[in-house]
Amino acid sequence: MAEIVIRNVAKRFGSFTALHSIDLTITDQEFMVLLGASGCGKTTLLRIIAGLETPSEGEVWIGGRRVDHLPPRERGIAMVFQNYAVFPHLTVFENIAFGLRMKKLPQAEIDKRVNRTAELMHIEQLLKRYSGQLSGGQRQRVAVARALAMEPDVILMDEPLSNLDALLRLEMRAELKGVLADSKTTTIYVTHDQVEAMSLADRISVMNGGKIVQAASPVEVYRNPAARFVGSFIGNPPMNFLPARRGADGQWQVAGLSLSGPATRDTLDFAIRPEDVEIASEGFRATARVIEPLGAHTLVTTEVDGKLFRAVLDSDLKVAPGDELRLAPKSDRIRWFDPETTLAV
Amino acid sequence: MSAAASTDVPAPVKSAHSAGRFLFWACVFLICAWVLVPIYLLMVNALSSPEQVSGFPKSGLPGFDFSSLQFFASFSGVGRALWNSVLVAVLTMVLSIGIGAPAGYALSRFEFPGKEVFRMLVVMTRAFPLPLLALPLAVMFIRTGLDDTALGLALVHTVLAIPFAVLITFSLFSAIPLEMEEAAWTLGCNRWQGFRKVVLPLVLPGIAASAVFAFTISWNEVFAAAVLTIENRTLPAFLIQNLNVSPLHLKFAGGAALVVPALVFIFAVRKYLFAMWGIANR
Repeated sequence: MAEIVIRNVAKRFGSFTALHSIDLTITDQEFMVLLGASGCGKTTLLRIIAGLETPSEGEVWIGGRRVDHLPPRERGIAMVFQNYAVFPHLTVFENIAFGLRMKKLPQAEIDKRVNRTAELMHIEQLLKRYSGQLSGGQRQRVAVARALAMEPDVILMDEPLSNLDALLRLEMRAELKGVLADSKTTTIYVTHDQVEAMSLADRISVMNGGKIVQAASPVEVYRNPAARFVGSFIGNPPMNFLPARRGADGQWQVAGLSLSGPATRDTLDFAIRPEDVEIASEGFRATARVIEPLGAHTLVTTEVDGKLFRAVLDSDLKVAPGDELRLAPKSDRIRWFDPETTLAV
Repeated sequence: MSAAASTDVPAPVKSAHSAGRFLFWACVFLICAWVLVPIYLLMVNALSSPEQVSGFPKSGLPGFDFSSLQFFASFSGVGRALWNSVLVAVLTMVLSIGIGAPAGYALSRFEFPGKEVFRMLVVMTRAFPLPLLALPLAVMFIRTGLDDTALGLALVHTVLAIPFAVLITFSLFSAIPLEMEEAAWTLGCNRWQGFRKVVLPLVLPGIAASAVFAFTISWNEVFAAAVLTIENRTLPAFLIQNLNVSPLHLKFAGGAALVVPALVFIFAVRKYLFAMWGIANR
């Protein structure tokens, strides 16, 4: 059992606050992805959990034990670094065995575990090589094998795939997901790549400006963003936003369209995903600007009421720049945001 | 006109390539000659009889006559001076690496106030002319009883060698990503174990190189050695005192006695100075 509880953790570097009072609970064997743009504090949070950084305030609990005062080696964690950190003076075998030797395990057990994890990561034929003789993808595999061999309660991964080329990244992503699901460890995975986050995570914590904006399942984060930031950060292309004003009849006026919505205040932001609009007789009056056929569908960038508005439409659609379209939002997919707090309503 | 035009064809790429190769080997030859010719001449003359050394024309080949070297070796005080030199150089090596390497590590790994100033000041010790320091140092050493001792001289040589030791080890440690150490910490190491098992093996070739450097600084240093020692002279100080008034063949023998150990020492650690473990040494 290794539940991770982060209570009120803050981190300040001089006058700069990297993390504002973070509260997060990661359940046992969960795959949690910390997602955000660079500088949002996601790596700092991971390093605080690892013990490579000390929090300015707050508590970190792993498996019911308070660990924020403990060095990394006493936390029951293993970590995979962005640049792999495979030791160049040791063979692949000795790299994987490194942590096991520190634990003073018997040689037979070390051999067994090294061979098993090497097999798992498909590097058993590389065990006698040095890091200088490996490709980036192979080094990545060694780094993961070295972490897995420790049989840790928690595996921490800091952008482990960001240095691989696109094809290799896709392959490793699928492989990592399988291996980590079988290993029954709790995983915290830091990335700025939303596709990686969506495909790997049980739960995504979207971070922005040193705060966790939303922590929920990938589909929930995608469908019901808790804040305007989440909607514009996740999804490619991102969500469309249009200002809405409440009319005398209680209906919301959005770019000439009358929609029903929550009766909270006088102005709101209307939001819709580009794939949740369709061509209809009634809808936003949209002028097509850029047409990008992508095969499965066509991305049409339009102008609605002077605002940028993207729509993912069927690729059979014949449309040219300058054409006027009528785009109707699917009513069950409409989301509303408070323009002041930027939170979902 | 037309005849000139017909010969005006671009030189084939092959000939430019071979010109490049010629230049390359010419440079290799020049650099080798630069290093090897003086050593060769020194050896030839040290191994020749006194008559061959001062005679003309030269054969250019060693006479394999060991009388000069034998005479030099039996020259009273040479053995002792040699021992002093080794002792002082080893002490210098140990002290400058022992003090310089931790300073280099601290400079590369920790943030502390005055770090940049320290890096500047560490080079400043080389800005003081040694003659300026020698007299006050001699007076102080006499007061503290350090005068005419190997340790006293080694301290002065350490001062000369330490800026290099600090700056070389600083760049060595900086070349090891902090991630390496952090990986070691997450794999069960404390700070010291992480250093010993990961950082140290990676910097060892560089440390060896900077130790050799400290050794040679001390081995070749003559001014402080001449001023601060009387009885316990190091070899350079001994030679400068005695060989001025010696015949030519003895000067060559003395020169060889100075050069050979430095060469042997570097030869012994050469494998640390080149690439190890299949990676290029940074």
